[in-house]
Amino acid sequence: MDDILSKEVGKKMIFLGNEAIIRGALESGVQFVSTYPGTPASEVGNIFSQIAKETGVYFEFSTNEKVALEAGIGASLSGLKVLVAMKHFGLNVCSDSLLPLCYTGTKGPFVLLVADDPSCWSSAQSEQNSRAFSYLAHIPTLEPSEPQECKDFIKLAFDISEKFNIPVMVRTTTRVAHQSAPVILGEIIKTEKEGKFIKDPDRFSTMPPRTLRMKKELLEKVKKIKELSEKSETNLIQERESREKKREIGIITSGISHLYVMEALKELDISLPVLRIGFFYPLPEEKIKNFIKKFKKVLIVEELEPYLEKEVERLAKNSNPGLQIFGKSHIPEIGELKPENVIVAISEMTGKKINFDFDKHLKEIQGINFTRRYPQLCSAEIAPPGCPYWLLFSAIKKTAPENTVFGGDIGCYMIAANPPHFIQDYLFSMGASIGIAHGIKKSAKEKVIALIGDSTFFHAGIPALINAVFNKSNPLIIILNNGTTAMTGHQPHPGMGKTGMGEETTRIKIEDIIPALGVKNWRVVETKNFQEMSATIKDFLEKEEVSVIIAKGMCALFAKKLRK
Amino acid sequence: MDKGTKTKDLNIVIAGIGGQGLITLLKIITEAALAEGYDVATSELHGLAQRGGSVEVHIRSGKEIYSPLVRQGGADLIISLEAQEALRVSYFGSKEAGTIFLVNDFLSPISGSKKTPSMDDIIKELQKVSQKAISISANQILQKELGTQVTGGIFLLFYASFRNQIHLRPDSMIEAMKKVIPEKYLEINLKTIELARAYKD
Repeated sequence: MDDILSKEVGKKMIFLGNEAIIRGALESGVQFVSTYPGTPASEVGNIFSQIAKETGVYFEFSTNEKVALEAGIGASLSGLKVLVAMKHFGLNVCSDSLLPLCYTGTKGPFVLLVADDPSCWSSAQSEQNSRAFSYLAHIPTLEPSEPQECKDFIKLAFDISEKFNIPVMVRTTTRVAHQSAPVILGEIIKTEKEGKFIKDPDRFSTMPPRTLRMKKELLEKVKKIKELSEKSETNLIQERESREKKREIGIITSGISHLYVMEALKELDISLPVLRIGFFYPLPEEKIKNFIKKFKKVLIVEELEPYLEKEVERLAKNSNPGLQIFGKSHIPEIGELKPENVIVAISEMTGKKINFDFDKHLKEIQGINFTRRYPQLCSAEIAPPGCPYWLLFSAIKKTAPENTVFGGDIGCYMIAANPPHFIQDYLFSMGASIGIAHGIKKSAKEKVIALIGDSTFFHAGIPALINAVFNKSNPLIIILNNGTTAMTGHQPHPGMGKTGMGEETTRIKIEDIIPALGVKNWRVVETKNFQEMSATIKDFLEKEEVSVIIAKGMCALFAKKLRK
Repeated sequence: MDKGTKTKDLNIVIAGIGGQGLITLLKIITEAALAEGYDVATSELHGLAQRGGSVEVHIRSGKEIYSPLVRQGGADLIISLEAQEALRVSYFGSKEAGTIFLVNDFLSPISGSKKTPSMDDIIKELQKVSQKAISISANQILQKELGTQVTGGIFLLFYASFRNQIHLRPDSMIEAMKKVIPEKYLEINLKTIELARAYKD
């Protein structure tokens, strides 16, 4: 933590992408930070939680990403400098308020950090490419490739937001957020965090017919920001020195892919002009047109969906109709890119031979057998007495009749899907275990057990439970209350009695919420009481109304952390 | 160390099981590389992957480094804190790169797997990828000498360092270790490093 607050301006330090983002925000004089934990963005909250008091920044773990964004909006409307951080799925959750924020514009500068997770390393439900939101919300979007840029781009994002009164999104991916590399320190700026709300309903109240006028203003802002994008150094044209130069082929890339492109050119010892797009939205269209004008072929190297490729196809129609455009023809659309994908693609485009036979190598290692090691509930060895869910899952499996449908939700307990448990029949998004359980109960005869963690219950489970009670459904909902947000690193949640800044606060008890929602069949059962758990499950599965078991057992890893 | 190897990029993959402390090893190499003036980029994974699943970290260091990931067949050194995990990351090794596999003689059974292979089987399989596959009884030695196996990763890392398999000076690595590891664990790590230095194949 001392490192991230270092006063040694000009010093080179090793930072993780996420740490560089924090440093960038501090160097911009950030005053208000809110988040809901989610990998690969979690460290942003974890670290701010530790340094907020010392730096004078207000920090909170919010109940969910929508609330986090709204807290940030309130701070911005009061004139503060705001950073809101989340993983990609959080962007879906908060989009309902994000779109109007782009319409109203901001007062205090507002930066939204969104971390995507190509290949779904720490994400279950989809391989979301959040760049689509840039179009949907008309939100200016920057895409850094490495830690130094993470810091620089966050600062630039604050500058753009301040100048144009618009929220700016910085989009990273796992390999950017969790990449470490040297970063040069700048000066941390400390400012007063006392804001003032000055009434201006004409600007901040999105009521028709003003809404359409606001949209017009937004599009005009985007047009002006496009001029900035055209001149921005974030869109850099690079040419590595090498003996062999090709002038008729160019490469356009962005984000982490840029690093693979440069590495591939180095390995192939060939030089091609490269345009790295750092300003994804609004795109520097004139710059791209100029860049592609002189080529016969261009290769677009980007992860996931071909947004850049489609843009280049459109732009080439005027500036270079004969241009051959390659992209997803050579670069996979599913899964994150690997350096070898890019080496092979550039080799095929240029005819330059690779010093390594990837196909032959693949054949050689094909015979090597290994078993994939799935994530596991913590053993007693890792964290005595072991994860409380071992006993809970075992009680559920032993008790539930055959054909019981098991609904999964987002958290460590997704491990229920893996061997030896196999108790997860569907998994969608935060809170969905309950919403879908209700729909199944309304449509089919099978018994349904929905499993949801405590933090996830606060995040999005409560409206779904209300709906199940309201609409007279009867799934059994088991709330796995391990007393923390376990999977992402034990961040505080509303049931823990402590805020993200470590201050005491009201502990909101799940056992107070459940009866208040009109649930009649509910009981708190400790996970260690196997017989009681089993008997309660059996009993509740026969009920004609919604039933809830609050399965209590502290996260063993969290307990171990607290003992240290 | 000869000058030839100093200018070459170093590509390291460390494999293991979530919770084995791979990120600490990554930090040590990265800090040592920075101290010696090299360019360096790394990649690690957080979140669910850390919950006892297969994990790997990548470290690349040299004069001109872009990608934080080692490419297929491009690893100079693969350290595996659990032996079966070495098979999983053998993808990054190759004869052409002269990959050295340092494999901890430690087997943790995999849930859902019928049979745990023997160390001999694993080394034989790895030798198909590269001749230089070595089993190291780090955990056994640590258990015997220090009564704990928690520093198995440090043992393997410094084994590599003392045998010039990492292009950074062992003293820079030790300095970096002191920076990265909390003070209360320093002594046990320094003892581990001495055991790694004295280890005879």
